[in-house]
Amino acid sequence: MSDKKHIVVIGGGPAGCVAAERLSRLGFRVSIVEKECELGGNLNNWDRLFPDGKRASEMVTKLVNDVKMADVAVWTDVEPIEAKRVENGFTILLSDKSLLFADAVMLTTGFAPFNAIRKEEYGYGIYRNVTTSVELENMIQAHIVPDTVSRVGMVHCVGSRDEKCGNMYCSKVCCITAVKQAIELKQMLPNAEIFCFYMDMRMFGPGYEELYREAQERYGIKFVRGRVSEASEDSEGRVAIKVEDTLVGRPMRMKLDRLVLMVGMEPSAGTRSVAELLGVKTKVNGFIQGGDPHIAANQTNVPGVFVAGTATAPMNSTDTLNDACAAAFQVANYLNG
Amino acid sequence: MVNFGFTISVTRAVEYDKNDKGCAEYVALRVPSSSACIGCGGCSATCTAGNLTEFNIRKIQMLMKRGENQLYKEQLHKCMLCGKCLTVCPRGVDTRGMILAMIEYMREK
Repeated sequence: MSDKKHIVVIGGGPAGCVAAERLSRLGFRVSIVEKECELGGNLNNWDRLFPDGKRASEMVTKLVNDVKMADVAVWTDVEPIEAKRVENGFTILLSDKSLLFADAVMLTTGFAPFNAIRKEEYGYGIYRNVTTSVELENMIQAHIVPDTVSRVGMVHCVGSRDEKCGNMYCSKVCCITAVKQAIELKQMLPNAEIFCFYMDMRMFGPGYEELYREAQERYGIKFVRGRVSEASEDSEGRVAIKVEDTLVGRPMRMKLDRLVLMVGMEPSAGTRSVAELLGVKTKVNGFIQGGDPHIAANQTNVPGVFVAGTATAPMNSTDTLNDACAAAFQVANYLNG
Repeated sequence: MVNFGFTISVTRAVEYDKNDKGCAEYVALRVPSSSACIGCGGCSATCTAGNLTEFNIRKIQMLMKRGENQLYKEQLHKCMLCGKCLTVCPRGVDTRGMILAMIEYMREK
């Protein structure tokens, strides 16, 4: 065995892949531990990325290739079940009984989409024409959006900015995802009328505002400022919604062929469990608490344990990849002391 | 009819499915930039007519898009077509053109 210091990266999504590759190139021995059978994380359940429409599969292929080229050890189908602090590092017991020693640990356990069943008033799991943005993405990928659909409503902030489900934070990506998916729907169904019901349009990233404007001007997507309060189903299976058009100052009612819920991000089960295993502090919202938000965001309260990507807060894939690079440097600084 | 001493109130809600969106379709064709409105209210803030009367250009065009034509029809003549709204719109909407198109549509109807 080499005398190189060893870093165990827990979670093989985009953040884990990039952090592992960078750390390996910086001269460390790196292992990725992934509970699924392949790397890629949530990207494996997505069709195209905003704002450029790049295929998520293309992104995964690149990440996996980079990991391979960088000579990173990849453990799939396993998860950590025990972690102990020992002198100068950690021992991590995996579910297949392997025992790893790590000089430092990187947590890249990511997010899980909000479970829309919890917003019962929208009827997800009750009415057949209420779907989530994740399901819509899968439908767009498989080209199975029925051409009988003539009106679609997309509800922003489902599971985000809502104390009723305990999530006070903004999930950041849902607004731009709604814009992207609305355009994709319009391309498939040129005659359909598509509404986005938003609380605020948060177009923070490069190219987002431009895409929003394109959705309005070129595709005729209609944006209504107001939060849908409830949905019900009529005898033909259409979804009737109540919303206030707040810029007109009057309640509005309409029927839709499909109601799409733009689900936000919550810390994944892996993020919650690994934080507990390692004694890492989490925020009130369940995401992992980083260090100083300006200069040590990738550190945790446990020396030697670092965090990157959506395990720490909702972020888009661009920011996730950059965060993972930054985290790799913080680990290197720590180990090179 | 027997008068029971009460009536059933008409809903204030915008019934989008039933409303006549003819004017909205007409304006969308005549003034394509109208789709880019984000409802910021810059136009109404600078509007001379709006500062002296109930004329609210931002709200009027939104009501029009929802087919609530009765609610703004009587307001349209208050616009003096000065075009100050055009100079402040961050989305380049031809706001004055929208008012003109609405007046035209109402006249033809």
